[in-house]
Formats: sequence, structure tokens, C-alpha cells
Amino acid sequence: MNHLLSIEDLDRAGIERIVEQAARFSEVSDREIKKVPALRGRMVLNLFYESSTRTRSSFELAAKRLSADVVNFAASGSSVEKGESLKDTVLTLSAHKPDAIVIRTPWAGAAALVSRWCSAAIVNAGDGKHEHPTQALLDVYTLRGRLGGIDGASIWIVGDVAHSRVARSNIIAFQRMGAKVTVAGPPTLIPRGIESLGCDVRFTLDELDSADVVYALRMQRERMSEMWVPSLREYAAWYQINGRRLSPRQVLMHPGPVNRGVELSGEVVDSPQAVITAQVEAGVVVRMAVLYELLTGARAPSPGSGATAEAGAATVGERQLA
Amino acid sequence: MAAAPLVYGPLPPADLLLRDVDVLDPRAEIDGRHDVRVRAGQVTELGAPGTISYEPGEELLEGRGNRLLPAFFDPHVHLRTPGQEHKEDLETGTRAAAAGGYGAVLAMPNTDPVLDSAPLLRSLRDAAAREARVAVGFLPAITRSLVGEQLTEMAELRAEGAVGFTDDGQPVQSAGMLRKALQYQRLCGGVIALHEEDKTLSRGGSMHEGAVSAALGLGGIPTLSESTMLARDAALAGYEDARVHFQHLSCAASVQAVADAKASGWKVSAEVTPHHLLLTEEDVRGMDTRMKMHPPLATDADRQALIAGLRDGTIDCVATDHAPHARDEKEVPFEQAPMGTTGLETAFAALFTHLVLTGALELALLVERMTAGARLFDLPTPRIAQGEPANLTLVDLDAEWVAGERGWESRSENCCFAGRPLRGRVLLTLAAGGVAYRERALSVVAA
Repeated sequence: MNHLLSIEDLDRAGIERIVEQAARFSEVSDREIKKVPALRGRMVLNLFYESSTRTRSSFELAAKRLSADVVNFAASGSSVEKGESLKDTVLTLSAHKPDAIVIRTPWAGAAALVSRWCSAAIVNAGDGKHEHPTQALLDVYTLRGRLGGIDGASIWIVGDVAHSRVARSNIIAFQRMGAKVTVAGPPTLIPRGIESLGCDVRFTLDELDSADVVYALRMQRERMSEMWVPSLREYAAWYQINGRRLSPRQVLMHPGPVNRGVELSGEVVDSPQAVITAQVEAGVVVRMAVLYELLTGARAPSPGSGATAEAGAATVGERQLA
Repeated sequence: MAAAPLVYGPLPPADLLLRDVDVLDPRAEIDGRHDVRVRAGQVTELGAPGTISYEPGEELLEGRGNRLLPAFFDPHVHLRTPGQEHKEDLETGTRAAAAGGYGAVLAMPNTDPVLDSAPLLRSLRDAAAREARVAVGFLPAITRSLVGEQLTEMAELRAEGAVGFTDDGQPVQSAGMLRKALQYQRLCGGVIALHEEDKTLSRGGSMHEGAVSAALGLGGIPTLSESTMLARDAALAGYEDARVHFQHLSCAASVQAVADAKASGWKVSAEVTPHHLLLTEEDVRGMDTRMKMHPPLATDADRQALIAGLRDGTIDCVATDHAPHARDEKEVPFEQAPMGTTGLETAFAALFTHLVLTGALELALLVERMTAGARLFDLPTPRIAQGEPANLTLVDLDAEWVAGERGWESRSENCCFAGRPLRGRVLLTLAAGGVAYRERALSVVAA
């Protein structure tokens, strides 16, 4: 594996390998000195075009626990505000020869684009509404810790699926690990065609009882002004996960940050069924495993640019018309 | 006295003899080997092979099995002048047209400033007369600044040589506004060309809405953003007995809406681009920004409906919607990239390779559809006949090449077919009697 751009880059064995490596690293987090020298002398660059507290600090902690050097680069207050393009920013930062670049942007496909412009290993920490593969890995890790395994489990992902990169990565990852995934939410926030990823679609929580795991998504306030739902009150009335809807045997997950009183009621956040803080803890060890795999595994020479144009050429060339 | 609608560039008239070329012009009902003489930019003789003898002073070309076609006509290109000459200008854009076998093109008005006044049209026509390699016509805006609020001075623009009118790129949203333009057309004439898009349905989208957009997390544009607007405007045109042309159809529902409008006897016509005929939303999966255009690439069922519509004549002609953008503008994440692909230099070869060679369309029909745009805009259709101006394209149908392998004549390189192997290459283009393009390897026997 040269990069982690999409959860699609990993088959089931690949996901298991990273999760098992993360389990070995979890022992480091319990030590008095939380550090191993695995990546000593390597440089990890955090390039964040969107505000992020937990993902960025989680990657930073992961890199530091592996003894890598970390440079944080936030788009605000930088040359980006002076109009520098993504490509120029990446080329400039590449001059420092980072071994890995962890990148978050508001644009789908940006991490893949960056992987063509430099030789560092690229970790997608969220690209627009597309994917967030390390979130999916840490969620698999957390669930395995809680349930033992995911095979055959029914997982409901509830809320604003349309704007969620977490939903997309998790639908793929959970299914790859043998779970059955259902997405549920207001019809305005379930994108047309999502069932082509293999999941079921529901517009109410009437059958939520059948779920083993309830994964609530964050409901962003700006969705109201864009008229995706009539009001937060109505949203909460229909889709909030609360004590009435959540049954005691179900596990509750959320990628954070939580809007208490909107997608989750306060009592379920604080209930023992919620594994939300375990997810945060898992974030560090899973990201340690990802960085470790990318920076110490056998890496092929850096890919040349223009690979997609050639790959695309085959599709039309091979297409036969009726 | 109104100005002539097409502007011709400064090319000197050609004198040449094409010996034993395989001539194909479906309108002139010619399909076979001929000698063709062009004198002072006119086709003066057309005879059986070996019957026209070489005269000193003219250029001699041996046919070698190559096909001679009427030069193509493109009713939809963006030449980006004035204001965006870093993407394209009149010279590079018409050079690309000539390299693609086109003898004439119609330029869109979404420039900076917008082509919405007679003085600007006059200056552009003057510039084209100095710089263009093929004939150019201009379609000024329907509404001032393309904002859909106030009509342009359509009658004065027509007198100054406007071929027709369009708000391409920023389509007229208000039915009442468009109706006024259609009414005003009775005074001044000029085909009104419409880019059909209901912005309340397309807003926030950067590709076709469906399985691929759901998987990529990209905002989707449903095809009914085009087809519902098209049906609305067809009804308006029917009511006002106006002449409208629908630009770049992209889906089955739009083909059906055009067929319905034609069945009602309304004066409508339609075009389709090579990319909508050959590519689908699946080609967007790699998020290659060259695959991002308005309207977006739709499903394979839509693509098949477009091919069927072009074959049965529901769709009248092929247009490229040649939309150049600078490399740095396209070298950004997909959602940030501007819409558009170039198309002039690959249109014929792409369609020949993927529609003619696969048996979906006969060559003669493709040639008809690539030249039919002229008549739709009340302009003379290029014909290969004695006494006609030489608007000719010589093509080698056996030549294999890779799109873009030797660079582009266009200033921009955002071609959705770049890197694909194609068959059929333009060797020579004569536009309005002058040699507008000559393939480097084309050998001259005598000069």
C-alpha cells in the first residue's frame, strides 16, 4: 500500500491487518512513556484545509507516539489565503521532503490528486463529502473490540448521509467486514443512487430495533438554512436517537462532534451503550497503524502523473456499441 | 443593409488539384473517386479520375485512397475572446477548428465582457477578419450580461451581423423573459439557441446524479434539470411560433421532448456533442476534471438514446461545445474545476472510431450531421460541387493516432478524449477557398 486514499484501497485482509496492528499499538498508549521509536527520523506533514480538532490531533499524537517529526499546516493564515493553489502548496511543502502527508480538504478527490504531485505517502483525512477512510478503520476497530466481530451484524447509519464522508467510507468498510448496512434519514439527505453501494435505505426509524449497532451522523446547522429539512425540531422528532428509540442491547456510535439534543439525546451519549469516547481512543492507535504500514511497508516507486488518463482510455477503447 | 453573418479570415484563395480522391458528399449525392480542381478558392472542375490534367502554378495532391468530405460546421464553440485569451483566442480556436476539419464555427457570447452590444460585435468581427483561419459567426447574448433581466438590442445586433442569440452557460431562467425574446425574434430574426438547465435543480451539482455521484460524494445534477426546461421552452416556442435550437442534449428525456416538439410542428432543432455520444457518468469515476462539463455525462441508456436520436434525425446535428480552459484552472479538485472540454480537434475521429467503425452510424450520415448545423442557422451548407466555394476536408480514414500525442492547435488541452487511440485523421482543410490546415506529413507532389 502506497497511500490510503479511499477505504476501497483495502480489502478485508488489509483492514484486518491494520486493525490488528492497532491492537498491538494500544499497549503503547497504556505505558507510562507512550512512545516507540518505529518512525524515528520520519516526517509527517498534517495539511488541513478544514478546521478539525480531533482528527488532526489524533494524527499528530499517532505520529509522535511513533517518534516521527510532525509539521502542522493549516490553510487559514497561510499562503492559501493569498491565493496559492492546492498544487503549488503541495509542491512547496514537498520541498521539505515529508515521508507522509495527511490531508483534509473540502473537495472530493483532492487526496488522490495530491498523490500524483508528490512522492510522499498520502493519507486521506477527509476529502469533501467523498471519504474518510481512517474513520472507517477506527470504527471497525472499536466495534471489534466491543462485539468481538462484525460478521453478520446489522448496522444502521442514521442522519445526513448526503453530506457525510464518514457514511460513505463506513458503508464500504462495514460491508467488507461482513456486516449488513442500512442507511436511514430524511429523503432530502439520502442521495439518489446510494443503494448502489450495497446498503439498504430507510426513511424512518420504525425498524431501528433490528439493528445491532446504531451509527448516528452529525446534523450540521447550516443544512437548515439550505432547507434540507424544515427545522432541527422536526429533525429531532423523527431521527433523534434517544432512550425511547435505542434498545439496551444496541451499541451506539457517532463520529463526533456531537450535537446533544439534535441527532443524539443527552442520556444516550452518557449511557454505557455509547462507545463514542472509545472511538476517539481508537483514532490514535489506528492512525499509528496506518502511518506505520505506509512508512515501513514495502513501497513501490512513486507513481507518475497521468495514470488516470491512461486508465480512462481503456474504458472507451474497449466499449462496444450495440 | 445587414452585415453578412459569417466573417472570413485573411487566407489567400487556393489553387490546387486533388487527383483521384474518394469524394463523399451525401447532399450532392457523390460517393466515389474523382479528380477535383480548386481554382481561386472555388471548385471549378469535378471529373472522373485521370481526366483533369495538371496545370502549372497549382498544387497537386495525390488522393491515395483518402476521403474528401465537405468541411464540417460547428454551431457551438467558445473562442473565449474577448477577455479570456489565456484559454483561447480567435486565432488558436479557429486553428483548432481547421485541424478538426471544420470550415466554419459559431462562437458563444459568454466572454468578458459579454458579447451583448453592437460595438463589441463589430470589433470582434473585425478581429476575426484579421485572425480567423475558418469562417466565424457570432451568437450574441439574449439578455444583457447574461443575467436574464433585460433583452439585448437584438435588432441592432442582427444588423451588425449576429447569426442568432444565446445565453449559453447562463441560461434564461424566467419563462416570461424568454417569451419576450421569442416575440422580438419576429422583428429581427436570428435563431435563438438555448442551453437548457433549471438552476434550481442543478445548483450545487458537479456531475450527473446517480450511482456514481452517490459513491463519490459529489453533488448530483438530475437530467430533468435539462429535460423539463427544454419541454417548457419548446412549448413557448410553439406558442410564439418562434425558431429555437436546443444546445448539447444530454439525456433520453430531452431527446423525447425534442421529438414531441417536432411532432407538434414546432420550429425546433437540436444538437449533440461527441462527448455525450461516447462517454457516460462511469468516465467521471476517476474524477478527471476533463470529464466535467455542462450538461454532465449521463447514463449509458441516455447515451444510446442520443445515438438513436442522431440517427433518426430527432437530433439534427453534431456540435462540439469546444470549451477550452487553462491547465491551472483544470488542475484542481473536481468540484472546483470549471465546466467544459475541448472538442474541435477530436470530434470527427472520435465519432468515426466509436460510431462509424462500430456500425452504429454510416459515414455518410455522420458527414451529414457534422455539416447540418449551417442550414439550421440559415447559412449556406458546404457542398462539393462545381461553382461552389471550396469548403473541403481531406481525411485519412486508416490513420491511427492518439489524441493529443502531438499536442494541440488549441491553446488549451482539456480534451476529454486525450490519450485515447483514434482512427481517422484530418489531412487538409479548405475553408471558404483557403488552405486553413495542412497535416505536417501531407506531401505535395508538385507546387
